[in-house]
Amino acid sequence: MTKFSDLTRLPDARGHFGPYGGRFVSETLSFALEELEKAYQSLRDDPDFQAEFDRDLATYVGRPSPLYHAERWSRQLGGAQIWLKREDLNHTGAHKVNNTIGQALLAKKSGKPRVIAETGAGQHGVATATVAARLGLQCDVYMGAEDVERQKLNVYRMRLLGANVIPVESGSRTLKDAMNEALRDWVTNVDDTFYIIGTVAGPHPYPMLVRDFNAVVGREAREQSLVQIGRLPDALVACVGGGSNAMGLFYPFVEDEDVVMYGVEAGGDGVETGRHAAPLTANAPRGVLHGNRTYLMSDEGGQVTDTHSISAGLDYPGVGPEHALWKDVGRVQYVAANDDKVLEAFRELTRMEGIMPALESAHALAHAKVLAPTMRPDQHIVVNLSGRGDKDILTVAKIDGVEF
Amino acid sequence: MNRIDQRFAALKEQGRTALIPYITAGDPAPAHTAGLMHALVESGADIIELGVPFSDPMADGPVIQKACERALRHHTRLTDVFEMVREFRRGDAETPVVLMGYLNPVERFGYERFAEQAAAAGVDGVLAVDMPPEEADELAPLFKAHGLQAIFLVAPTTSRARAATICDHGEGYLYYVSLKGVTGSASLDVDAVSEQLDGLRELTELPLCVGFGIRDGASAAAVGRIADGVIVGSALVSRIAEHAEQPEQIPDALKRVLGEMRQALDA
Repeated sequence: MTKFSDLTRLPDARGHFGPYGGRFVSETLSFALEELEKAYQSLRDDPDFQAEFDRDLATYVGRPSPLYHAERWSRQLGGAQIWLKREDLNHTGAHKVNNTIGQALLAKKSGKPRVIAETGAGQHGVATATVAARLGLQCDVYMGAEDVERQKLNVYRMRLLGANVIPVESGSRTLKDAMNEALRDWVTNVDDTFYIIGTVAGPHPYPMLVRDFNAVVGREAREQSLVQIGRLPDALVACVGGGSNAMGLFYPFVEDEDVVMYGVEAGGDGVETGRHAAPLTANAPRGVLHGNRTYLMSDEGGQVTDTHSISAGLDYPGVGPEHALWKDVGRVQYVAANDDKVLEAFRELTRMEGIMPALESAHALAHAKVLAPTMRPDQHIVVNLSGRGDKDILTVAKIDGVEF
Repeated sequence: MNRIDQRFAALKEQGRTALIPYITAGDPAPAHTAGLMHALVESGADIIELGVPFSDPMADGPVIQKACERALRHHTRLTDVFEMVREFRRGDAETPVVLMGYLNPVERFGYERFAEQAAAAGVDGVLAVDMPPEEADELAPLFKAHGLQAIFLVAPTTSRARAATICDHGEGYLYYVSLKGVTGSASLDVDAVSEQLDGLRELTELPLCVGFGIRDGASAAAVGRIADGVIVGSALVSRIAEHAEQPEQIPDALKRVLGEMRQALDA
């Protein structure tokens, strides 16, 4: 028992994490969510289901992902040792597939022939299209029109996998609008459609089940730390948009009081400019969007405000409700990394370690870069390298003025 | 007695079906809303559902999404909506007004302040689309304290157990969503709706009003035969969209649509 043990018993029966979370949906979806909750409750402790999940993670995703000691970069930063949890090496190139494997198993049990998903950077869309291809399910992916433009490679990947990518032209044409449209689809086709939500947001039980499916990241990292470092790390760092990779890494360490955790949000042009996607860092007011209560960027009238980030995957005005609670109770420190620092970290890791990170993950690296020099060389930081950067090459090339 | 209860009591006595139009507050611009509400009453509205515009109307189809966008171009806020209701009330003390929308503007405004100011402006009921009874613990007592009625949705997917819970919490009327889909969706199966309403009548005395998929006199009449009220939104809002650049033509356009429904219901 530690002072944070209570946090492992959430959400409560109604899907609340303290004042956050819940199930704020129109009535048509209530039944589907109740069904999903029941199905998951009965399967989460079912050894056969867990065995199938573990087997898929091992033989299809390629888990466990390594914990890599970035020795050269650590030396250059001149402080703590930096270890990278290599989620970028997973099949499809990001942590997102851990969750889609799990939800696909639920979809299969539900007998529904069609899956839908929302996607920002396209990583969750690709991961969904992948499991849909494997199970022979029809797959429609909603993606903001702006993201379709800046993540062309992933759009084409999804199409090659047999998914139908639907550009969303409403609102800010990014992740939140894709989620609106996916919810509209689901409410219309709820009888034959399973909605694979890609992050620890949405209505209960999604934040819980996406967390549980991604918690394999933290379980592995914890064991690997004990073996490779000889003890638990001093700090964990992960980027936070909706917050699924951070949740996955952090959750198994929640009770380890001595492990300090940093969630790194998208600072965009700087939190002080208002052009960012960092609701926790900016202390955004409490709000309700996409089925849950959380910190939400909105104006005085309660209208959700536009966000800005170099990375499509973090370009979201809300954040998973469990992160909201963790901020309030002080379990995790939430900070922001601005676009320019993110690019710098992207380039530095690529050059120094030969690992090209996703721009999302580069937010975590940018903070590790700030943190490491403040620590001693015998201290250790585990950074979640949540995805690989291939998808971002066009974005970076554009900034460099290179055209293909 | 709340205006909504009074209105349904009177309609019952007259053997008439309630006609409940929806428009979005501030669409096409805030200055028009109170006038349009009067126009709706003149063409036979019994209750008005006034939409509070929201940036992310997840349960709405394109017609009402665009209405929200038009209203938000004029920065229509809850304080503006309350002002519109006050203006309407200066000319109409009787027609019940229900605010319909999403929870976030209310969250941001503050629950207590919202309940107090809505009631003071002359609002009678509130329907927050994304607030099922389970999430209404905090807001419901405040509504009660200020004499506002909490109106809830029932859907074709609602289980009987849930329907019972909703009926327990619901006031004013139950809004039965006729189909799986967003607002403005096409077809509605009257027989299926009828069966569902029969089931609900075993659970509650509340008037049962049906929305989604009612677009003309014929569909209004068909639903009117089985329900206590018909709710019409997108069919009206699309007229507003057509005349957004000539707002002086909107009242007549609304009257044509709603008048036809009124006639069909009363025939």
